[in-house]
Amino acid sequence: MNTQAEIVEKIDAMPKGVSLWDDAWVRLKKNKLAMFGLCFLLFMMLVCLLAPLLTPYGYEEQDLRLGATVPSLTHWLGTDTFGRDMLTRILYGGRVSLMVGFIATSVALLIGVSYGAIAGYAGGKIDALMMRLVDIIYALPFMIFIVLLMVVFGRNLLLLFLAIGAVEWLVMARIVRGQIQNLKQQEFVEAAISLGLSPGAIIRKHLIPNALGPIIVYTTLTIPNVMLLEAFLSFLGLGIQPPQSSWGLLISYGVESMEEYPWLLIFPGLALTLTLFALNFLGDGLRDALDPKASRD
Amino acid sequence: MSLLTTSDLRVHFHTRNGLVKAVDGISFAVEKGKTYAIIGESGSGKSVACYSMLGLVPMPPGKIESGEVWFEDQDLLKLSESQLRKIRGKGISVIFQDPMTTLNPFLKVGDQLIEPLRLHFGMNKKDAWQKGIEILEEVGIKDPAQRMKSWPFEFSGGMRQRALIAMALVTEPKIIIADEPTTALDVTVQAQILTLLKELQVRRNIGVIFISHDLSVVADIADDIAVMQNGVFVEQGTRDAIFSNPQHEYTKKLLAAVPHSEKTLQQDENSYLITAENVSVHFSGNKGEGLVRAVDDVSLQIKQHEILGLVGESGSGKSTTGRAILRLLNLASGKIVFNGEDISHYSRAEMKPLRRQMQMIFQDPYASLNPRMSVYDTLAEPLLLHKIISKKLLDKEVFSLMDSVGLSRESVLRYPHEFSGGQRQRIAIGRAIATKPAFIVADEPVSALDVTIQAQILDLLLNLVDQFDLTMLFISHDLGVVRYLADRVLVMKDGKLVEEGAVHQIFNNPQESYTQALLEAIPGKSLLGVG
Repeated sequence: MNTQAEIVEKIDAMPKGVSLWDDAWVRLKKNKLAMFGLCFLLFMMLVCLLAPLLTPYGYEEQDLRLGATVPSLTHWLGTDTFGRDMLTRILYGGRVSLMVGFIATSVALLIGVSYGAIAGYAGGKIDALMMRLVDIIYALPFMIFIVLLMVVFGRNLLLLFLAIGAVEWLVMARIVRGQIQNLKQQEFVEAAISLGLSPGAIIRKHLIPNALGPIIVYTTLTIPNVMLLEAFLSFLGLGIQPPQSSWGLLISYGVESMEEYPWLLIFPGLALTLTLFALNFLGDGLRDALDPKASRD
Repeated sequence: MSLLTTSDLRVHFHTRNGLVKAVDGISFAVEKGKTYAIIGESGSGKSVACYSMLGLVPMPPGKIESGEVWFEDQDLLKLSESQLRKIRGKGISVIFQDPMTTLNPFLKVGDQLIEPLRLHFGMNKKDAWQKGIEILEEVGIKDPAQRMKSWPFEFSGGMRQRALIAMALVTEPKIIIADEPTTALDVTVQAQILTLLKELQVRRNIGVIFISHDLSVVADIADDIAVMQNGVFVEQGTRDAIFSNPQHEYTKKLLAAVPHSEKTLQQDENSYLITAENVSVHFSGNKGEGLVRAVDDVSLQIKQHEILGLVGESGSGKSTTGRAILRLLNLASGKIVFNGEDISHYSRAEMKPLRRQMQMIFQDPYASLNPRMSVYDTLAEPLLLHKIISKKLLDKEVFSLMDSVGLSRESVLRYPHEFSGGQRQRIAIGRAIATKPAFIVADEPVSALDVTIQAQILDLLLNLVDQFDLTMLFISHDLGVVRYLADRVLVMKDGKLVEEGAVHQIFNNPQESYTQALLEAIPGKSLLGVG
């Protein structure tokens, strides 16, 4: 409402920044929960990035005499069975997990949205062909696909991210295509055509912004999915290898010794859960902020 | 004794934005065998008034503040939900506005029709089915036994409305509330439905409460009329009293808003801006039905600065013709010449420079604006796309466009959902004239709007036509509107042109039987003195 009031004062001068995204940012800033989520995520990224400066231990530094100890002043979150500092391992693990989460999801988002939008807008034979291709890839056993990639290209962290992303985009493409198919029936799309806009511009400016709600919701669902997928692959020996760590990996090892050393499960679990919470808050806030109808009451 | 007596009914809504007095003290009585019409614009509280009597208004936020509604020696407002449920459908039933959405698409028509019979009377399925067939026949559906087994999507709009009327009648209620039952229908179908309602009412001797925003619709069927504005009846009286001697300003305004004056315009004999020769557009039908000839061998010319009216029922191909002329569709055959240039086979890229000269205004202002673009973005888009104005002058141009179409500058950053239907249509018109086009196709630009708003938008269009020297193809199913605006009229049926002529010719001396039928179907023609 602030921006509105300012406009009324000097009605001949247009205020700067009037796009949907500027507007959304203004509205997002008012959503306390979403801002908390955003701050928490930024904080998490920062500490994971600065891990070497923050802890006196290395992530592979073992102290076998120590073994698994409960949290103490020297080891805030305790140590694992090899005597490695858990806090350090969680921070280093966060690097991998957050990176997988964001890179793989971005890949999925990029491919899925553009592929789905093009198929949905083109319709007819092109659409049928593109979606059958999606069906075929979807039908391939995911594990075989990843193993093949690993065999051909060698074990490479970045490749792992891309491979996960390359699998996760399929559902996104289907969702976006369905949305676009609905939206393109609307008259404002025909209005855009009659203005002379190119198909690319119509998809970019008129269709995708209106499909953002489901896209954002699905994205926030994809990120935890991708993180758990990485843990699963690492557990099978296809992803990260010890002594390197990731949250997923820490959790799966934590589960094994849950009864004797519960903190090995609780702390990495907490890190993952809190991050996902923050992500969901941010996602919900973004969805509302990007929908002009939802806020401004 | 009256069937239903309502006195001092008040329904208020307690919303976040404060108190809304939707219905604020209305009283009326419905007699046996009579039609009581409630007229008002959307938001005037007419539907709320009727639905609150049946407990169909969500509470909260709604609250009945005072009043009594007597029906069969009971005060409806004091009944419990389960007692009310027995009244709904059985004593009082409702015909809703939109026949497209009111039928459940996943249930056969017959199953929906007999549901209240089984519910209220505990009839067995066979008897109920038989009764359903009888009632479908009564509302004029051909081959009722077969039609009982049809799915809703196999029914046309008019048939669906008949089915809904059948549903309302099947329990033999004493009163029917008809909430804008014909608004979503074509004029000719509308006339049939209105006649049907009147017949049924006389035959069954029931009371009807008829809600409408359109005074002309009720002109032929109402016995008593109440004019509603902002939750109160500003005027109540018999049909004749309201039409011949309106007392209240608002009633007079509503009567005046019914478009009925004829436009006279001196036509300078200029060359044709648009020529369409033998244009055909085909769509491939479903399931090997073969081609649908949406537009079949249509030829027309539009002179500079002319407003050409194109009328016909929905499905007659009039919108398709308009879109074909703008080359939003591909032609099956024929030729379209715009300003001396043959554009029949231009590609998208070849069309682009021409797009700024030919624009379109759409029917539904709720669908034709991108909900995620503010007024500013919507109006700036064509200006930037066709590089009509430098970035520096863009803001100024957007403001001046808003001035031209009568939008206040303060609302420049608002989104479409914050505007009313009329204001949205102004935005859409602003977008269409942004590029200073020579030719505009207006596809039913006012049929989704209230009558008083209609008049304003039509005047705006006429103004703009003069101001910007526009040529216009005005597509409408509403002959009254066309008569008000157009210089010349084409009548279309089943993809073909059936009649063409100057406005007074078509209206005073229609040659084709179809045109005569269309004119016959104009609601309230007795009022307008057509023919």
